[in-house]
Amino acid sequence: MKWFISQETIKAPFQKILEKGCGEKVARCYQCGKCSAGCPMAFQMDYLPNQIIRMIQLGMEKEVLSSKTIWLCASCFTCTARCPREINVAEIMDFLRRHAYRTRIIPSGDTEIPLFNKIFLRNIELFGRLYEVGLIGMFNLLSGEFFKDFTVAPKMFLKQKIGIFPWRNKNAKALKDIFRRSGGLEKAQRGRLLYPKLIFLNLSKKFIGKIEKLK
Amino acid sequence: MKYAYFPGCSLHSTAREYDRSAKEVALALGIELAEIPDWICCGATPAHITMQLLSIALPVKNLLLAKKMEACEVVTCCAACFNRLKTANKFMKQRGEEQLKIEKILGEPYRGEVEVRHFLDVLVNVFGSKNLETRVIKRLKGLKVASYYGCLLNRLKDVTGLDDEEEPRMIDDLMEVLGAEAVKWPYKTECCGASFSLTKTDVVLKLSGDILQMAYDEGAQAIVVACPMCQSNLDIRQAMVNKKYKKNFNMPIIYFTQLVALALGVEMKKLGFEKHMVDPRPLLKEKEIIFSKA
Ligand code: SF4
Ligand code: SF4
Repeated sequence: MKWFISQETIKAPFQKILEKGCGEKVARCYQCGKCSAGCPMAFQMDYLPNQIIRMIQLGMEKEVLSSKTIWLCASCFTCTARCPREINVAEIMDFLRRHAYRTRIIPSGDTEIPLFNKIFLRNIELFGRLYEVGLIGMFNLLSGEFFKDFTVAPKMFLKQKIGIFPWRNKNAKALKDIFRRSGGLEKAQRGRLLYPKLIFLNLSKKFIGKIEKLK
Repeated sequence: MKYAYFPGCSLHSTAREYDRSAKEVALALGIELAEIPDWICCGATPAHITMQLLSIALPVKNLLLAKKMEACEVVTCCAACFNRLKTANKFMKQRGEEQLKIEKILGEPYRGEVEVRHFLDVLVNVFGSKNLETRVIKRLKGLKVASYYGCLLNRLKDVTGLDDEEEPRMIDDLMEVLGAEAVKWPYKTECCGASFSLTKTDVVLKLSGDILQMAYDEGAQAIVVACPMCQSNLDIRQAMVNKKYKKNFNMPIIYFTQLVALALGVEMKKLGFEKHMVDPRPLLKEKEIIFSKA
């Protein structure tokens, strides 16, 4: 893909928004690449972590927010621990994901990860503690992977690794308030925790994949 | 010693044996673990990548619940919960607009005053390895283990403040106290891909497979962990790793608390070994650490 970096993108406020949002000074990065060298997920990413940092410096907001990289980051903090310029790269990845949710930019691939996060949070909001059956069921349903982990699940039940019923939460109201108020203060578009486009994308991708396999 | 105990979601589901064995260890050593009443999920990874305020508010809510108990310190076994609770504390110790927002969300003031510890820290540093050594009844002689710390226990150092980020020694030293041998291996803090267990299973299989391979190459007979996510990725997914990469790993993934409990003479039956996908009992029997029929 060809990019044209112009005066406009460089002067774009993206870097400033990011620096204000997470307090990390991206300008200090001197592209040593140490963050990417230790990144366990780098082999799956479309841009390496150090490239993402460079792209931020150049104001390439759209490319960064729609990259797969930001969603593939496992928040393992290896990059942060090793950066010689003391840039918290993992925190920057966090900020980028939150920003992508806010601006509703959908990644160019691996769309099941943003979907999973939202399902997870919905699960917590409803039950207070993670209710695995609900989480797995909902995720499989909405991502189109209906039979994923069907071989593992019965063993998990037998070994009582996952329960069948959710926990009854006595803090339910307090919990709802926490979610509602955090969402409001953060302008997180919480009302659209599961936006249809994301679900549609996932489902259609899975079905197209299945049809191609059949051919 | 009395602690407010925060088990976390995993220890009530996929990692029940961790919860049980930790309680057994605590009982044997006279450490009181009082579970925080009605604790809620700490939000884990999905919270902090979706909404920052939420990712702080959820752990702080738990810390506020703990504050109402008699205990002054919170202890948890889950490395991820530990990391989130510590992060929340660090965040709340600063003073600014964001902290005010959190207090507004929760309707209560909080300044990071409830100390948070990992159970490993309690054993090694508070109770003390020396004290522990005097209590060991059954030395785990002949057992060669790889201690695996994962990402969240020691990263970042200024958040968890526990051990070295790149070359931690806590579990290794603990294993030597128990009489086991901790092998030298380079993957102590490598990532297992925890949060992608469901979404990107392939990636988890690759990362976990590499970790298993390295431990195997360095001569470990089992991997010792302190995180429920590491355990479930390495243990539950091991059969899938074997299938995908045509391997024959049969590597038990054991919680450090289970081994401590065994060394302290706790009955094997109470430690939930039957819940593991890769059964550690044959290995333990071979090393004459446990005797009874499985
Ligand atoms: S390690 Fe730090 S300085 Fe080096 S490329 Fe990464 S962010 Fe830039
Ligand atoms: S925190 Fe994310 S970007 Fe950094 S090393 Fe880990 S996976 Fe890579």
